[in-house]
Amino acid sequence: MPAPLKMITTRWDQADGHTLEGYLRTDGYEGLRKALARTPEEVVDEVKAANLAGRGGAGFPCGTKWGFLPKDVFPRYLVVNGDESEPGTYKDRILLERDPHQLIEGVLIAAYAIRAAQAFIYIRGEMPHAQERMAQALNDAYASGYIGKNIMGTDFSVDVMLHWGAGAYIVGEETALIESLEGNRGMPRLKPPFFPASKGLYLQPTVVNNVETLSNLPWIMINGAEAFTAVGNEKNAGTRLFAVSGHVKNPGVFEVEFGTTTFRELFYDFAGGIREDRKVKAFIPGGGSAPWFFEEDLDTPLDAGVVGSKGSMLGSGAIVVMDETTDIVKATWRLVKFFAKESCGKCSPCREGTNWLEKIYRRILDGHGRPEDIDLLLDVADNISPGLTWPPKQTTICPLGPSAAAGALPGSVKRFRNEYEAYIAKAKPSPTRIPVLSGDH
Amino acid sequence: MARFSASNLERAKELVGHYPRSKSATIPLCHLAQEQDGYLTEDAMVQIAELVGCTSAEVYGTASFYEMFKFHPVGKYIVGVCTNISCLLVGGEELLEHAEKSLGIRAGATTADGLFTLEEMECLAACTEAPCLQVNYRYEYRVSNSGFDSLVTEIRAGRRSDIPSHGSLGKVRQSIPSDRRASRQTF
Amino acid sequence: MTDIASAPEAPKKTTLTVTIDGHAVEANPGELLIAAAERTGTYIPRFCWHPRMREVGMCRMCLIEVSGPRGMSLQPACMQPCAEGMVVDTKSEVVKKAQDGVLEFLLINHPLDCPVCDKGGECPLQDQTLTFGPGESRFVEEKRHFEKPIPISDLVLLDRERCILCDRCTRFSKEVSGDPLIHFINRGNATEVNTFPDDPYASYFSGNVVQICPVGALTAEPYRFVARPWDLDQVESTCTSCAVGCRVVVQSSGDEITRVQGVDSGPINWGWLCDKGRFDFQSISASDRLAQPMVRVAKGRAAVRTSWTEALGQVTDRLRTYQPSEIGFIGGARLTNEDQYAMVKFAKAVVKTDNVDAQLGDGLPAHAWLGLPSATINDACGASAVIVLGADIKEELPVLFLRLRDASEKRVPIIELSPTRTGLSPYTTSTLAYRPGEAAVVVRSLLSLIEGVDVERQVGGVEAVDLHIAAEALRVAVAGGRGNGRVVVIFGRPSLAETTDSVVEALGALNNGIPGVTFLPAMRRSNLRGALDMGLAPGMLPGRTSLADGASWFAKHWGAAPVSVGLDTHEMLLGAVGGGIKALVLVGADPLADFPDRALAQKALANVGYIVAIDTMPNSSNAFADVLLPAAGYGEKSGTTTNIEGRVSNVRAKVSAPGLARPDWMAFAEMASNLGEDFGFDSVEDITAEIAAVCPSHLGLTATVLNAPGNADGVLVPIPAASIESAVPTDAPTEASADTSPTAGADAPEKEATAPGALSVPPLVSFRPNAAAAVVPQPDSYSLRLVTSRTLYDHGTITQASPSLAKLAPGPHVRLNPGEVERHGLTHGSNVRLVSQTADVVLSVMADERVPRGAAFVPFNQHGPGAADLIDVATMGTEGVTKVRLESVTGG
Ligand SMILES: Cc1cc2nc3c(=O)[nH]c(=O)nc-3n(C[C@H](O)[C@H](O)[C@H](O)COP(=O)(O)O)c2cc1C
Ligand code: SF4
Ligand code: FES
Repeated sequence: MPAPLKMITTRWDQADGHTLEGYLRTDGYEGLRKALARTPEEVVDEVKAANLAGRGGAGFPCGTKWGFLPKDVFPRYLVVNGDESEPGTYKDRILLERDPHQLIEGVLIAAYAIRAAQAFIYIRGEMPHAQERMAQALNDAYASGYIGKNIMGTDFSVDVMLHWGAGAYIVGEETALIESLEGNRGMPRLKPPFFPASKGLYLQPTVVNNVETLSNLPWIMINGAEAFTAVGNEKNAGTRLFAVSGHVKNPGVFEVEFGTTTFRELFYDFAGGIREDRKVKAFIPGGGSAPWFFEEDLDTPLDAGVVGSKGSMLGSGAIVVMDETTDIVKATWRLVKFFAKESCGKCSPCREGTNWLEKIYRRILDGHGRPEDIDLLLDVADNISPGLTWPPKQTTICPLGPSAAAGALPGSVKRFRNEYEAYIAKAKPSPTRIPVLSGDH
Repeated sequence: MARFSASNLERAKELVGHYPRSKSATIPLCHLAQEQDGYLTEDAMVQIAELVGCTSAEVYGTASFYEMFKFHPVGKYIVGVCTNISCLLVGGEELLEHAEKSLGIRAGATTADGLFTLEEMECLAACTEAPCLQVNYRYEYRVSNSGFDSLVTEIRAGRRSDIPSHGSLGKVRQSIPSDRRASRQTF
Repeated sequence: MTDIASAPEAPKKTTLTVTIDGHAVEANPGELLIAAAERTGTYIPRFCWHPRMREVGMCRMCLIEVSGPRGMSLQPACMQPCAEGMVVDTKSEVVKKAQDGVLEFLLINHPLDCPVCDKGGECPLQDQTLTFGPGESRFVEEKRHFEKPIPISDLVLLDRERCILCDRCTRFSKEVSGDPLIHFINRGNATEVNTFPDDPYASYFSGNVVQICPVGALTAEPYRFVARPWDLDQVESTCTSCAVGCRVVVQSSGDEITRVQGVDSGPINWGWLCDKGRFDFQSISASDRLAQPMVRVAKGRAAVRTSWTEALGQVTDRLRTYQPSEIGFIGGARLTNEDQYAMVKFAKAVVKTDNVDAQLGDGLPAHAWLGLPSATINDACGASAVIVLGADIKEELPVLFLRLRDASEKRVPIIELSPTRTGLSPYTTSTLAYRPGEAAVVVRSLLSLIEGVDVERQVGGVEAVDLHIAAEALRVAVAGGRGNGRVVVIFGRPSLAETTDSVVEALGALNNGIPGVTFLPAMRRSNLRGALDMGLAPGMLPGRTSLADGASWFAKHWGAAPVSVGLDTHEMLLGAVGGGIKALVLVGADPLADFPDRALAQKALANVGYIVAIDTMPNSSNAFADVLLPAAGYGEKSGTTTNIEGRVSNVRAKVSAPGLARPDWMAFAEMASNLGEDFGFDSVEDITAEIAAVCPSHLGLTATVLNAPGNADGVLVPIPAASIESAVPTDAPTEASADTSPTAGADAPEKEATAPGALSVPPLVSFRPNAAAAVVPQPDSYSLRLVTSRTLYDHGTITQASPSLAKLAPGPHVRLNPGEVERHGLTHGSNVRLVSQTADVVLSVMADERVPRGAAFVPFNQHGPGAADLIDVATMGTEGVTKVRLESVTGG
């Protein structure tokens, strides 16, 4: 079993790890002190050298993203994405609740590096405890001179604002997050032209980074990029947090070395194996959006590139394990239903298409499936995401709709077509226009 | 009387001042109003529109996008049961069914005594603690049917004072001492 | 038929090449693919994109394949700017599948009620489906349900089941008109367009959302189910509800006008209309339209029907009995240029009186209108700074307001001078709410500030800070700090309760004080500019010439011209009271409603010996007429009209006039003939030709020019001498030497003599400053200064004859600053008595922040007693303003 590594979870077991006192006792704000002793450009270079990939889902290198900011355009903003709502994802909330100062320190380092005028920490609405912890940490950090005017006695000044949402998964998408932060409906903007780096918050240059991404910065500043890249493999630096849930004996959030650990190790060594020692039927390697993996993929390393080349993604580090007893049609339906419900409604294919898919699924589950429904599912999905490949092609603005179409669905239908057929075989002959039979839609 | 109380109005104005553009305060102000009144009243949206400088239709348009804002009175406690994938796999759906039977209402409805509103939730970011639920967004992990029943009993008996009534925000609020505040660019 | 409004304009310079479906086409950098494709003949289907609004790329109908670093990919053509070398496929299998897919998605929840839908027959969704769309429905589920059409305002209904959520209406309300009272509500599949509960979409521009809705989700109450699109027959015309001159199509079914739609005209309305212009066609079919000539045998007796010959014979017999100076003509602003020309020729050449005035004491002197260097709407909206000196543009010239609002969004600084804050004020850099009567004082201070001379803490009611902000914006503009360095002044009559002296003085100061400044008049009455151009003002002759300069020219052409300057409306009314004026001809005029001093108008009409009225509808003034002649109205006659810019464009007949009603020109021509003068007019075209031949400002403006394909937006007069030749076909009546272009100042085509004879074309009139300085009203803490101007909907005949609009008039009231309301112990909604020098009226109080302290705003011409009863023009003449005291009403 690979040795547990603790880089960003060091204070999770420390009872007062979330307090300023507890934080300062354990090297708190040392990374910031180091960063402030250097120029912003040097900090950017260090982060680039650390090859820190974004932990929010897309895995884009953090330093490179910062480098996209157009020169000399101010004010700039930093927005922290703490909207964590991707099915199966559970890591940012713990970071917020148990180590808020680590994130604040990361935010300040990033704000310094990109010369942000103001930073916003956007926390998902349904997480009041995380908001409380963060508010307390911000208040304490302000009072002690870590945020605000002349931070740690230097010329560097920045305000960090706590902002929270009100329940909408799509707001996790960075341009929707920006809309929401502007007080609007969280509907994504089309990229281009609305790349946050050039036209973000208030149409000013903006960096959006995930909570976990920024939580790595203090460690990098203290220990250096070289030490950071020493962990993980060539392409995947540092550690990553993986939430393993579903049919495992000991579900949990684990910090593991990035790129080297395999799914099998994660399931069996960290999470104690499969419930009642059953077989793995399928698993989600990186959040509800991701195409599923199956038993034969267990030895795949948790390496973003490798997982990508096998047609899925590590995404937000959300791993959901389904054992052999799982009702695949129902599990797929539940994910499709999620996207249908969470579609922002902007693009016709997503707004209408995901709901159509969900209705077909529900009809099949309710015993009114028709043989042609299986191909209809695939064709409707194909009209949302042509080709049903991964990463998904889009007829839409953002990947939400395409995730419903090209995520779990094609693999589920193709691999377990027999389960769909079984439902349909049991179906009662249906009237041409089928009433909505159940559910809350 | 659904306008902001004097102290909330002050808080609202302070929140507006946190942002480079006042419309950004829309969602925080809707939360504040919902905390005060238990749901988002029309009067509140009219007043928020005045405070952030837009029309009430715009405030309503924003607020109605988000699940947490309620436009009609709801129970003092919103019980939200997650049925998304991780919870589904270990009994989230069954837990919701049990909750429906136990409270005697379908998901989406409110008990006759006005105490509970039951909701089906999407993934709550507690997937390793499934099946889970929230009461007014405060978590309960690995909830069994009997655990659910005793939770309801406890709440009815007034023994869960740690759970504030619906709409309540975090106990701690951010406040920025004016002498610590970095001057920020407004434009 | 698709979207009338989507006429794309060709790009200015074509510098890059894209390949669309194998054909290389030139495109403008930044031009969107969807627009470039359409311009070059490839129509890409779309629902959400509209060329006059920001692209949102949300319907996804315009997906096409575009080359990129990673090969071809599906992209929305509406969000894709053209780039050099871009290769585009709009017809590939991938594109077809994607577009079919989108169409199918849009249809799955769309009701199949096309047969009963207003949009059926002209519905892009229906058209797309027929052209490209999927056949058999694969969607067997229940469709989305909403309550069928709900009213979202007094004029507009919304069917949310038909809505495809394209964001056009909501974007229009936010981006174009700035009143986002409709919005997306809820999320995802449950998204709907709606208003805030109990807060209707009360917008002056709501009809536009009906026009731009790509399906039948939004319908207009005035034409729901009135006609099916395929029954409609249409002509392009110009709206004459106000003087902006929006391009429209007028549609009819049977012999009835059923709908007016905006046409996208780059210089004017961009496809937009205000609701008054869109819906007041209802008045055309009002049941009380005048349809028969009526004569009164004796004063006090009922009028009886008669024939035109009989009626006109009686009029000319009677007019013969007066001296020319005893006859006055009031009105004419609602006529076509051709009608006006016949009218002025009749009055000035046949009756030989100069007592002619198209303005009813509610305008500005003609030389101020016509003699200042002129600007177009596009000049104003593209200027480095705009100064607005006038009343509320949003109320009076709504589509000009939209254009200015757009300019302000594009960061053109607007400085507004008005006695109250207005609908435009939220978009100005600085609004200088001057104390009524003190515009000139404020303008002079503003100008000296630009020069660097400081001013007092408060000038004419305006705080120095506001003046400083305005002066700074102007200084930057003039110094070329932004844009072209040009300043445009938009001017009108800020209030009817102050004299014009201070405004004219302010205009003179601006003209002298700002280098290169140009002027755009903002006067609402539809063809008033045409009327003044046609000489319907004392001291004026057609073609923007003064009587002094043009008398011999017109004597030559007409055989006669007045010998001395006549009376304006005010003087004619005084004359009628005093006995000097014995006969009045009211041409589409209602002095009792429109003249600022109702008591004077009343006495005049009661006193004058003989009144002839020509009108489309009965009104309070023509009720006094001895002879009442029925005129053809809008949509019933052809000709030309002139907008505020001096742009002449066609209006066209679509339906026949009721009964015996006919165009005004015929009555004047026939009366001239009764009096022995043959105008030789057999048709409107004859008049157009004569105008083009003899009116100095209109030389060369022949029907051929007006109808030339490139002139659909109308033609600005004067036509620069240089281009008369090219614009004018060979049979043109002029042989202008093409060496000079119009000079700024008087825009005079300095041409050598044209036919006939050797007489040279008289110069165009130029601006004259007032002889004496305007009276500066005395401060008086005891009374308030009255301000009055119009709201879009008022008690005017046309609005009141349009059932959908009549109810929208706000009704009589007085708006006071909340501070004044409190100071006088009043409350919002209570009644108060306003007492002026000569009269008093009781009005309900409305607290309004926009009205400064010390002023009382009363909307002009609402029903019942109002501002016109309080104003005494004589007192106003000496004091400069109208003062009112507030008195409490017991039991109010
Ligand atoms: C539908 C959708 C939902 C997303 N939700 C989240 C989220 O909850 N949290 C997050 O950090 N990123 C989320 N993302 C990714 C963000 O758009 C963005 O890539 C990320 O916040 C960037 O941060 P990083 O570079 O530090 O990873 C989501 C993306 C999509 C398309
Ligand atoms: S794909 Fe769906 S969620 Fe994403 S922008 Fe379009 S409608 Fe909204
Ligand atoms: S027209 Fe391009 S997405 Fe609607």
